[in-house]
Amino acid sequence: MADEKRVIVVGGGLAGLAASVRIAEAGVPVDLFSMVPVKRSHSVCAQGGINACNEVARQQGYSEYQHFDETLIGGDFLNDQHPVLEMANWAPKIIDLLDRMGVPFNRSSEGFRDLRLFGGSLFKRTHFAGATTGQQLLYALDEQTRRFASEGKVNMMEFWEFLYPITEGEGEDKRCVGIVAQDMRTMQIRSFRADAVVMATGGCGLVFGKSTNSIICTGGAASRCYQAGAWYGNPEMIQVHPTAIPGADKCRLMSESARGEGGRVWVPRKKGDTRKPTDIPENERYYILEERYPKYGNLVPRDIATREIFDVCVNEGMGINGGNQVYLDLTHKDPEYLTRKLGGILDIYEKFVGDDPRYTPMRIFPAVHYSMGGLWTTYTPGDYQPEQPGTEHKPGNPIPIDAQPGHGLTIGAHNNAMTNITGLYAFGEVNFAYHGATRLGANALLSCIFDGLCNGVSVVNYVREGVDTPASELDQSIFDQAQQAEQAKHDKLMASVNTGKGDQSLNPYQIGQEMGEVMNAASTVVKTGPGLEKCLAKLDELRERFSRVELGDGAMWTNQSLSYARSVGDMLILAEAIAKAGLLREESRGSHYRTDFPERDDERFWKTSVAKFNEETGKSDIEFIEVKAGLVKLRPRNYGKVDSGTNKEKIPPKQVAQANA
Amino acid sequence: MSDAESHAFDADMRRANRKKAVEGRSVIFKIKRCDGPGKPSRWESFKVPVEQGGNVISSLKWIAANPITTEGTKTTPVVWDSGCLEEVCGACTMVINGRVRQSCSCLIDEYAPLEGDAITLEPMSKFPVIRDLWVDRARLFHNLTRVKAWVPIDGTYNMGAGPKETPEHQQMRYALSECMSCGCCLDACPQFTKVEDEEKWDTSFIGAHAISQARLFNEHGTGKLLKGDRYEELAGAGGVSDCGNAQNCVKVCPKGIPLTESIGAVGRGTTVHAIKQFFQGKE
Repeated sequence: MADEKRVIVVGGGLAGLAASVRIAEAGVPVDLFSMVPVKRSHSVCAQGGINACNEVARQQGYSEYQHFDETLIGGDFLNDQHPVLEMANWAPKIIDLLDRMGVPFNRSSEGFRDLRLFGGSLFKRTHFAGATTGQQLLYALDEQTRRFASEGKVNMMEFWEFLYPITEGEGEDKRCVGIVAQDMRTMQIRSFRADAVVMATGGCGLVFGKSTNSIICTGGAASRCYQAGAWYGNPEMIQVHPTAIPGADKCRLMSESARGEGGRVWVPRKKGDTRKPTDIPENERYYILEERYPKYGNLVPRDIATREIFDVCVNEGMGINGGNQVYLDLTHKDPEYLTRKLGGILDIYEKFVGDDPRYTPMRIFPAVHYSMGGLWTTYTPGDYQPEQPGTEHKPGNPIPIDAQPGHGLTIGAHNNAMTNITGLYAFGEVNFAYHGATRLGANALLSCIFDGLCNGVSVVNYVREGVDTPASELDQSIFDQAQQAEQAKHDKLMASVNTGKGDQSLNPYQIGQEMGEVMNAASTVVKTGPGLEKCLAKLDELRERFSRVELGDGAMWTNQSLSYARSVGDMLILAEAIAKAGLLREESRGSHYRTDFPERDDERFWKTSVAKFNEETGKSDIEFIEVKAGLVKLRPRNYGKVDSGTNKEKIPPKQVAQANA
Repeated sequence: MSDAESHAFDADMRRANRKKAVEGRSVIFKIKRCDGPGKPSRWESFKVPVEQGGNVISSLKWIAANPITTEGTKTTPVVWDSGCLEEVCGACTMVINGRVRQSCSCLIDEYAPLEGDAITLEPMSKFPVIRDLWVDRARLFHNLTRVKAWVPIDGTYNMGAGPKETPEHQQMRYALSECMSCGCCLDACPQFTKVEDEEKWDTSFIGAHAISQARLFNEHGTGKLLKGDRYEELAGAGGVSDCGNAQNCVKVCPKGIPLTESIGAVGRGTTVHAIKQFFQGKE
């Protein structure tokens, strides 16, 4: 083992498992770290499906290139274009692979893979397994990982929490050579050597308090890399999903597939109509999205659907019974059809709300769902380098690259999906590259698996060809120092234990809750300059309080309070970057909507925001750098909206503040 | 029925409770606590205000922020395992009022509709306690390795689509594949007992969970290549013949997976496989 090069993968969701399988298959041993048994990772929550060009759509005029084009317009051109092209090219092959792994994709009567419609496209290009596609894909990769683990090729480190990357060298020579992690049961902190580290740690929904994310999605791991010098790209780009079920502990997702299968969003035309939804006749219902966007209807991208629902409820006061809720209606569909296509999510709704959505319209409202932003990564472009970027792609037109889709990436280049720290990679949701300012539905699962399979090869090549001195031969002192630094942070937190009455304002749960409230109010659907400034001031106050935090549990065994408190500190640091980048981006683009700057401003802000952690101030320095485009020209993004007469661009800030409360 | 369900309300009663739930009430949580392996257990009670739509998770979160018992003693936050909170990851499984289930989908209105009603939380009984309500379910995942619960693909290179299948067959596999490895079926099973010694896991009863997964992979075009290995494992000690047919598993499965059908199918398959082996002189 001493002279063998190894890779550490942090996170066992789709991206981490795909990477582990690919890297282990190439013969490089993998140590896979996860806070939970990998089968319980957050990917399990993804519902709707996974996008890929397919033979049926192809014969109707669709192509990989159009999938690529849709992803860019969906992301309002903030995506790095080359990796997106490569991802779209790989998509059909990824579906085939998952099919071979045994994913029970829904089938047509002849036995082919069935397809459904999804947001941002007029073609059926979404493959699905009931309404728990993420679960089914995760299980398939979990099973393959278990197979490799049983053969000794993947070493499972479950219930270990990532604390910090270990680096050696300075400046250009700085490279990642391992991690410090803590056993969540015994609380042992120790260092691990690796020749490359892949972060596949997902999103940061908990920064916003209640979201659709699992309770492990704190963004703590990404924040720790950011504090160690990794850049964080587009932090302000946070997706708010239009349809979630509000709850006491979290907002449960109601998949976009409910709309893909025909679900209609509406409110009563008459304000404060108290009749039961089923008693309200068709002509007294206001089908918000269908009337405002006749072309795409209920399948506009998520940021648009979210803002329209928000607008109808908050600005026009037309929500159900005047509250912040609208109907998502499937009752016009055959109940048996619904069970077959959407059973899983309809059961969840019934379990948590008590009504059967097959017979009663669901009540839903938007909730924080996904982080397009994440660790900044780079890549080597492929052979497709047009002299002039292409214009909008029309279905059926030949793609502007040769008969074979041209390569967006140079496959296997060492730096693909690598952060600015050599040897530290970011895969999946924690990689900022793919989704720009809004992610299209059913592209998330794709980007996770694509990163693992495609860029896993880059990791293997880097470890084999790019690492001169293996981590196993480095001086032990590098690892001891990193471990001691984490131990010192840990001991300081443990010393804060308060067993008496304590000060409630210094309780980590209290601080975490206040952070969620202020971030949700100021930095989600609708943002304003003054709102974000207030939010930053509140974050300052919370950070000051956190510096005096008092832990409620002093146990040296399975201390969850400690782990949570530590992540609150890291979330506060990430929250500052999210709010500050939002304040500095004085335009509206995709999910980022500023009422004081309602237009997209390409001149100033067709740029990636990059947050760099400043060790002296403890805060972010935000820079705006060129988006890596060059394949497709900018164009306006409106999805065929018709002007409904209400001028939404002039929401007075007062109303907004009220709405966010 | 064993005690797995003796204290449980049936679904209709729980739905009716939802309607009569009192606004603004507090309920009492009685929680079985334990500081770690080998440490004694104790009970602690907490008075928790009920939020609208509140569930066991939101109550445990409230206790974490206000860890004071009904006696007024300050204590530590309760340790428990959870993840998605949508009943799809399986993490937050525990024994609630005597019945094993996920705590996220356990609504307070259904279990404790009136002021002062009590809810009892205990860790799962068949797995070693790590701390409080958190148990170590490593054995459950180990059992998936025992039955080789995977499709033996050649590799991850692009080699075209997988086997075609009818919609009916897909629906059947999908139903089995919804298993989230929560362990309810094992906790309720009289034959599946707590085994702390890892050396003995391979010869102890494997339980409905892994048997049903074996069936899932036997039903896949490529997965069935390992059918023989799976049947051999399940014909051995701790295999399918240890099932006592109590049928608790299928009653507590939160996903309604037809576990007893799976046990039946795998039992028959194992027998047929053994007979074939016998006549081929392979035993």
